[in-house]
Amino acid sequence: MQLYLPIAEVSVNVFLLFGIGGIVGFLSGMFGVGGGFLITPLLFFIGVPPAVAVATGANQVVASSVSGVLAQMKRKAVDFRMGLVLLAGGFLGSAIGIWVFALMQSLGQVDLFVQISYVVFLGFIGATMLQESLRALLRTRGGKVQVRRAHTHSWAHGLPFKMKFRASGLYISVIPPLAIGAFTGFLAAIMGVGGGFILVPAMIYLLGMPTKVVIGTSLFQIIFVSAFTTVMHSVTSQTVDMMLALVLIFGGVIGAQIGSRVGVYLKAEQLRVLLSLLVVAVALRIAVDLLIRPAELYSVMPGVLP
Amino acid sequence: MRRIAFLLALTCLAAPAPAQEAPGGDAPAAPPVETPVETIVSGLSQNRVAITANFDGDEILVYGAVRRDAPAPEGRLDVIVTAEGPSGPVTVRRKERVAGIWINKDSVNISSAPSFYAVATTGRLNEILSAEENRKHAISIDQLVHLEAADAAMQTWVARGGDPDSVPMFPILLAEGEFIRSMIRVRTGEGRYRLLENRVQLSEQTLFRADLTLPSNLTEGVYRVRMFLLRDGRVIANHERWIRVRKEGLERMVFNLSREQPLLYGLLSLAIAAFAGWGASAAARLIRR
Repeated sequence: MQLYLPIAEVSVNVFLLFGIGGIVGFLSGMFGVGGGFLITPLLFFIGVPPAVAVATGANQVVASSVSGVLAQMKRKAVDFRMGLVLLAGGFLGSAIGIWVFALMQSLGQVDLFVQISYVVFLGFIGATMLQESLRALLRTRGGKVQVRRAHTHSWAHGLPFKMKFRASGLYISVIPPLAIGAFTGFLAAIMGVGGGFILVPAMIYLLGMPTKVVIGTSLFQIIFVSAFTTVMHSVTSQTVDMMLALVLIFGGVIGAQIGSRVGVYLKAEQLRVLLSLLVVAVALRIAVDLLIRPAELYSVMPGVLP
Repeated sequence: MRRIAFLLALTCLAAPAPAQEAPGGDAPAAPPVETPVETIVSGLSQNRVAITANFDGDEILVYGAVRRDAPAPEGRLDVIVTAEGPSGPVTVRRKERVAGIWINKDSVNISSAPSFYAVATTGRLNEILSAEENRKHAISIDQLVHLEAADAAMQTWVARGGDPDSVPMFPILLAEGEFIRSMIRVRTGEGRYRLLENRVQLSEQTLFRADLTLPSNLTEGVYRVRMFLLRDGRVIANHERWIRVRKEGLERMVFNLSREQPLLYGLLSLAIAAFAGWGASAAARLIRR
C-alpha cells in the first residue's frame, strides 16, 4: 500500500514506514535513546529527502519518548529533578549549537561537520561503553556479585551547589548535570538528534546514576529537546511531514511499549552491551561512507545552497 | 477509457474540419514550420492529475493524428512526444577525497532544471532528428536541460544589470558542463529524465499514440506536453498541450497548513505526537489488566 507524502513529495510503502517506526520505537523504549540517529538514515534510505527526514524524525521522537516516559514512570524510574536540571543546561547548549550550525553553514561544510561529529562521538562513546559493559557482564558471569558502591567520591563531589536527587539516590553538585545537559543540547542542535545516546552513558558513567533510572530520565529530557526542534523546523524550514510522522508515530509508540517491557527482563549490563553495539554499528556505517569511494560522486539536491 | 480516447482520435481524422479538443487543453495547433501540408491534431487522456494520499504515479495517453490538406509528401515520417515537469533550481555537488575522506567539495547551482522530462519517439532519436532541429526546438534531454540552464543564467545576468546584447559565454556551458551532465545522469537513474525510443506507435502514417508514465515522486505544477512531426529529420509541425498536476484532498490541506500557518502546524504535529505517545501507553495498560 503506497502513501504519498505531501511535504516530502514522494510515495512510499506504508508498511515499510510502519516497520521503521516500530523498530526505532522498540529501541527507544528499551534503551532510552530517542532514536533520531537511527531514523534519519533509515528515512534517507527509502528516498525521503534529508531535510524532511531530520525534521520529521524529531517529531516521531517526541511521540516515542512520551510513550516511553509514561511506561518508565509507572516503575518510578524517572528522576524529574535531574531531568529538569539537564534540560536547563540543554537549552543553553542548543542555543550555542544553533549558532555554530549557522556558522558551519556559511562555510558550506555542514554535512561533513555533522558526519564527523557522528563518527567521533558515537565511536568514542560506543567503544568506551562496550568495553566497560562487557567487563561488567563477564564479572557477573564469573559468579561474583557486583557491589554497587553508592559512595564513591570523585571530583564531582567537591563542587558547590549540591542538590538531592532522590530517585537516583544521589547528592551531588548541579554543575556536572548542567554541563552534561549543555553539551548534549549543543550536539543535538548540530547533529539534529535528541542526544539520548550521549546522555545515557554520561548519566551512567559521569553522574553514577543507576541504569534503570537513566532511561526514563533521558527520555524525559529528549521530549523537550525534540519538541523544540520540531517546532523550529516547522517554522524555519517547513520540512516536517505530518503524514510521514503519523505513520512513523503509530509504529513507534507500539514499538516503544514493547521495547520498555522487554528492557525489564534484561540485566543492566546486557542493556548497556546492546546499546553500545548499536552505537558502534551506526558510527562504523557513517565512517565507511566517509572512507570508501562512492559509486556516484555527484549528488543533486533541489533548491539552492546558501 | 484508453480505447475511447483512441476512437476519439479516429473521429478527429474522419472529420478534420473542427479539430476536436479535449477540455482544458486549449493550445491551438501551431502553424507549421515550413510547409503547410501536414499538421497535428491531438488529445490527452486527461489534462489534470490529482495527487491524493494513495497516489502512486499515473499514466497519460497522448494520442493524435496527422492532418493533411494534400497527398502525403515523400520521406520518412516520425513523431516525437515530450512531457516536461515544472522547473526549479538545483544544486549539484561533487565529492572529492580530502585527507582520506570523501567530502562534498565543489558545487554548482543550476538556476533552472526540469523536475521531470520524458522523450518518446518512433525511432532512434539521433537518427530521426537532425542536430540542427534539436537545437532549435530543444527536444533531447541534453539539449533541453542545457538550454534551460543557459536561459536562466542569462536572465540572472540581465537581472543583475548586465547588457542583454553582450552576454558573455556563460561558465555554466564550459567548466560547469560536467556538473550538468552529471545531473542528467543522476536524474536519469532516478527515473526523472527518460528517453523512450520506439515508444510512440505510428500507424498508417497518420495515427500516433504514446503512453507516458508519470512517476510517483511527482512535483506539483503545470506539465507541458509537446508533439513534433518530422520528415527526414526536420520538424514540419509541432503542437503543445498542458497537464495540471495538483495535490488534492488531505494532501492539499496538510501542505497548505504547513505553508500558511507554520507555527500552528508545528504545534499540531507536536500535539499529535504527544497524544499518540500517551494513547499507546494507556492502551498498553488496558491490555495488561
